[in-house]
This record gives sequence, structure tokens and C-alpha cells, in this order.
Amino acid sequence: MRSQAKREVAIIATAQAPSEAYTSKTTVELLVPVVTEVLARAGMQRSDIGFWCHGSCDYMSGQPFSFVAAVDALGAWPPISESHVEADGAFALYEAWIKIQTGECNTALAFSNGKSSAGPIAKIMAYQLDPYTVAPLGPDMHAVAALAARVCLETGVVSERAMAEVVSRSLAAAVGNPAALRKGTVSIDELLNRPRTYDPLREHDCPPVTDGANAVILAAGDVARSLCERPAWIVGIDHRIANQRFNLVSMTQAESAANAGDRAGVGNDRIDFAELHAPYSHQELLLTAALGLDATRVTVNPSGGALCANPQMAAGLARFAEAAERIMRGDADRGVAHCTSGPNLQQNLVAVLEGN
Amino acid sequence: MERCAVIGVGQTHHTSCRADVSIAGLVREAVDRALTDAHITMSDVDAIVIGKAPDMLEGVVMPELWLTDSLAAAGKPVFRVHTAGSVGGATAIVGAQHVMAGVHGTVLAIGFEKQSDGNAMWALSVPVPFGMPVHAGAGGYFSPHVRSYIRRSGAPSYIGAMVAVKDRTNALKNPYAHLHEEGWTLEKALESPMLWDPIRFVETCPSSDGAFAMVLSNEERADRVEGPKAWVHSVAMRSEPTMFAGRNQVSPRAGELCAEDVFRKAGITNPLDEIDVVEMYVPFSWFEPMWLENIGFAPKDHGWRFVEDGVTQIDGRLPVNPSGGVLSTNPIGASGMIRFGEAAMQVMGKAGEHQIDGVRKAFGHAYGGGSQFFAMWVVGADKP
Repeated sequence: MRSQAKREVAIIATAQAPSEAYTSKTTVELLVPVVTEVLARAGMQRSDIGFWCHGSCDYMSGQPFSFVAAVDALGAWPPISESHVEADGAFALYEAWIKIQTGECNTALAFSNGKSSAGPIAKIMAYQLDPYTVAPLGPDMHAVAALAARVCLETGVVSERAMAEVVSRSLAAAVGNPAALRKGTVSIDELLNRPRTYDPLREHDCPPVTDGANAVILAAGDVARSLCERPAWIVGIDHRIANQRFNLVSMTQAESAANAGDRAGVGNDRIDFAELHAPYSHQELLLTAALGLDATRVTVNPSGGALCANPQMAAGLARFAEAAERIMRGDADRGVAHCTSGPNLQQNLVAVLEGN
Repeated sequence: MERCAVIGVGQTHHTSCRADVSIAGLVREAVDRALTDAHITMSDVDAIVIGKAPDMLEGVVMPELWLTDSLAAAGKPVFRVHTAGSVGGATAIVGAQHVMAGVHGTVLAIGFEKQSDGNAMWALSVPVPFGMPVHAGAGGYFSPHVRSYIRRSGAPSYIGAMVAVKDRTNALKNPYAHLHEEGWTLEKALESPMLWDPIRFVETCPSSDGAFAMVLSNEERADRVEGPKAWVHSVAMRSEPTMFAGRNQVSPRAGELCAEDVFRKAGITNPLDEIDVVEMYVPFSWFEPMWLENIGFAPKDHGWRFVEDGVTQIDGRLPVNPSGGVLSTNPIGASGMIRFGEAAMQVMGKAGEHQIDGVRKAFGHAYGGGSQFFAMWVVGADKP
């Protein structure tokens, strides 16, 4: 079942900051170049944007209202129609898509920034857990992922070799991607010989601490066609959430991803590639299965994915940017863009992008 | 665009500390009341939009993720909004737009804050990594704006106290309001301790635990539900930067543009005549005359005269905050939604003792950040 979209909406331009392990730049300094670049790529002025939407997380910068400063990066004068989600920028893209669906505007700019190096990111993200009974136990996000990976391995849903294959392929794919932090040629056996850091996870099974920012421009129908030779049409988009409590959910299936993918229409036609937001190697395998992607025919994470660069709150929108660029370049006709949020693939946003 | 109506509302009895419930319990209380009011169950809800102010107020990162379990939201879309103090209003708007876009038929919008789980003054004033710390809380930040308003408009010094007495007195008619303080008079209010000159203690909002939820439905579903509805006539949001040379922080351009937009889309040309009741975001009393001018209800420098002449009293020409407003109840992340929801309740005739007679159109308003984020809506008894 597809979302009941009434208006055709496409991604017509994207921009990504080069990923860094540590940047001394502020939020505004991170965002100004990508906002400027994405507008230039679309041949648009700030005043051409009908709606702006931002994704970020206060806790990452240790500051309440940290997103407020981002308005400075937009040149928001005269005042603009704008909103913010405390979530990955992919959810800002979703709100922008909703806004265009209402008919109140024809263009929108979604952007996000994630400066993961600003604090102990693995501990910070674990504050997403139940504050009364789980978070006080002190797990960090890698430990929570390792718990699920252990269940997946012991039930035979994934194997360590399959996880290493994911990493090896991702690192090789990231060569040549300036937005990727980790890259290179590493054999599966070499990966398997490395020590476990969060047993059963190895360092390369976990996402690197990454600072980054990105922006995409959405446009409706003929506006998109007039601004872009080959827009990446969002033909389906949906997001779903699962329970969080570990004893209420399956750790071996990404149920909410399957649900969202079904509603976004992933299975309706041939898929050429998928940009999956899988910060942990076993999660890519769960997502591929949940979305029903045939791994022998579908190119998964041609950008290298979140294993190679994971600016928290921007890594999901990065998947949309990578997927859209691939379609706009004409390298593929139909692909999946995906974002996950919360521990163990709790929440998933799935879109199908098309080049026709 | 699809039509959208508020078909149910629910809120908690707001108070300084709900030690008897968890964050989830607090939110469920409002949600259950809203669903009951709309005569539906959670299984009828297509999507949930949740708003709250900074996560540091409670110490949970993106708590909507964890709240999914207790909301019975698994399998649904859950969407999180955070636009500073305006977030409650923005959340109602984003929820309504899911319906107006034709994407979902019934959306549950929720705003909450459980401020007793943390320390709001600390959370709002932590040292900023890349800037000069203010360390003054919201009152310290806004008092210079108020002083500037008084200087520009020539308002008498007692106007703020008049607003405070009105709102605290109105709150006595609202069983859900946090503060129920009998016997406020202008004389007594003027003796209230000065906190951030010219803002006195009584002219300041409390720190509250509370939640508000509303059910938003498309026309087809709203028509099937018995009872009154509040139809969304228009929504608008505007943002501008916090600081730049020449910025009018007393009457920000973003607020003026937002009001122009929301009235234009609702087909309103004379807001003072066409709006029957206003719920606006007044965390410090002086913001009532300031926003009356910014929104366009009163001419420039005349907002304080409306207060002095009793225009904004519960029996005045333009009742403002008959619920008691933010001055009587302030769970930050819910405060904007309470404004939007109280406006809807007035249209639906569900405001109880603080109901204004014959409301056809009501105005909900919220602002946030350094008076730079604005969210507004007009709701009406008739379909738009």
C-alpha cells in the first residue's frame, strides 16, 4: 500500500559537507557551506524556498535550543516559514514533503547537522532508553547494538562472515566518496581476524564518530522539472515505529522497517539500489531482509553507508542525498532511501525514489 | 487541501510536581482524555505527532522513542517536533498538516513537559559552548525587551500587574490550571517581589508538569463523529534569527508576518472584530500588550490601553487567555498546545466555567526562542 500522496514531489538538489572525525566548526559554520551549495546547485535563491525544515539533536551539542543558531545559517531575513524536528534530517525531509503535499508551497529545503565529536556520543544516544529502568543501567549505544547482534548470531539470522562481507563491501564502495570517513580495501578474513570491541561487534561493525552536515531541496511537479533535468521523484514514503523495550520486540527482525517499506511501495517494482541507514553491520542484513531486497540484484549502499560516515542526525538524510544523486546522475532508475532512529532499528523511514 | 478539525481534546491537571506518575503516565492521562473526548481509541489513530521543549528538561533524549511502548503506538508513524517555546503550537500545526496533506485521516498531537523531573532554570541556562552564557533564565533574557516596550509605548508601569491579576483570576475558573490563587488585586500584585525589573514574581509563569493532547481528523471522519468540532481555518509559522543589528525584538517581523499570513488564509480582514477569543503565549505579563500589537489586534503603542480599558478581560471585547494562560500554567513543551487546544475548546463550547459565549472563531498563538519562532492558528465552528 502506498502513501496517499496527491502531488508529485522530487529531490532536485543535494549538498553534503565532507565528513570529519572532529571538526572545530560550529553548527552555523557547518551549515552555511551546504545551504549555499545546495541552492547554487538548484539555481535557486533563498527567497525561492517556500519552507525550511531542520533536523538535529540538542543533547549532541550539550545545549538546549541548539537548533536556534542554525537559523543564522539560512539568511532568514525577511522571516521564513520554518520548522525543526528533534530527529534525523530525513524526518525534516518528511515534514517538508508533507508541507508540499498540503499545497501551501512548491519548494522546500531540508537540512541537518550532526557533530558527533562534541560529546561522548555513544553514551548520549543511550539516553534514548527508558529513563527509569534501562538507561540507569548504563549501556552505551554500541552495547545495545551488540546485544541485538548477539541474538542475531545465536539464532543464525546473521553470521560473522556475512557481517564482515557488509563491512568489506562498504569500505570499498566508500573509496572516492568525499562524504565518507572510513574507506579502503580490506579482505573479509582480515576483518574477521580483528579483535572484538563490543563482543560480538568489532570496531568496524560499529559506526565511526563523524561530524557532518547536509541539505536537500524538494520541489513539486513542474517546478521540479523546470529546475532539474532528471529529478529524483519520491514515489512512496512512509515511516513506522516499533516498541523499544527489549522484551517487547524482536531483535532479529526490523518490523517497523518492513512495515514502512511495504507502505512506501518498495516491493511494487524492480529496485536497482538501496541506501540503507545501517550504523551497524548486522543491521544492514536485517534491513535488507525486512525490505525484501534481493541482495544478488540490488546494489546496497553504493556510497559506503553509515559504517563509513555516521554524522548522528544527518546520516539518514545523507542516504536520501546519495540516493537522489545516483538517480539524478542517471546511474540508476529506482532506489530506496532509508533512515533509522532509536536503538536497534526501532524507528524507520523508507522512501522509493525514481528517475522517470 | 483536505479540511481538518479538532474532534477531541484532553489535558492533565497541571501542577508543580506530579510525583505520582512517570513521564509516560502523565502523557497517557492527556492522551486517554483526548481519545475519550473524540469517541475513538488508539486503534483509530493513523499517526502521532509529539512535541516538547529541550530534552534536557527531563534528561531523556528523543523521549518519543521510549514513549512508543506506553502510548501503544507500535506500528504507527511517530513524529517529533521541537521548535523551542512555540513547539506546542508547531506540533498542533504539523499534526494538522498531516491531515491537510491528505496523508493521514486521524492524527493525535501531543505536547508535554514534566519539569519536576529536572531543573528548568538549569536546563534553559547551561553554559553555551561557543558563546557568552546568559545565566539569567528566560525572565532575565526577556526583561530588557519589556523595558524597551515600556519606553517606546509610554505604558504606565502597572500594566503588567493588571495582566497578571486578570490571568491568575481567570485561572480560578479553569480546573486544569496549575495556579489557583484567590484574592489577587492590583495593589497586592504591585507589592509582589521584583524578579527581573520590571517583571515581578506574580507576572511570571510557573514551572509545571503537564500534558495536552488533541485529535485531528479529516472532514470525512470528523463528520462521522457526534458533537462539536473546531475546524482548522488556517495555520502559519515564521522564524527569524535571534540577533542582528536593527532587529525589532519587541515586535518581531516574524510575528507580524505570521499573523498576516494566518489571517489572510482564514479570510480575516479585521482580526479585532472577527476573532471572538484569543489564547496567546504570555509567559511574562507584559507580553500581552506586546503581542496584541505584534499580531495586529491593537495599533502600535496601544496594546497597553487594551489592557487598561479591560478589552482583554474575560467579559471584554477581545477576551485574552480566559484559561489563565501561560502565567497560570507552564509545562513548556505543552504550553503552546494548550493555547491552540484552549482556542479549540472555546469553539467547541468545552471550556467550562471560562467558556466565552457564542465563540465562532478563536485564535491560538505560541512563540519561542528569543521571540523569533512563531506558530499561530485560527479555528472556527464552521467549516472553512
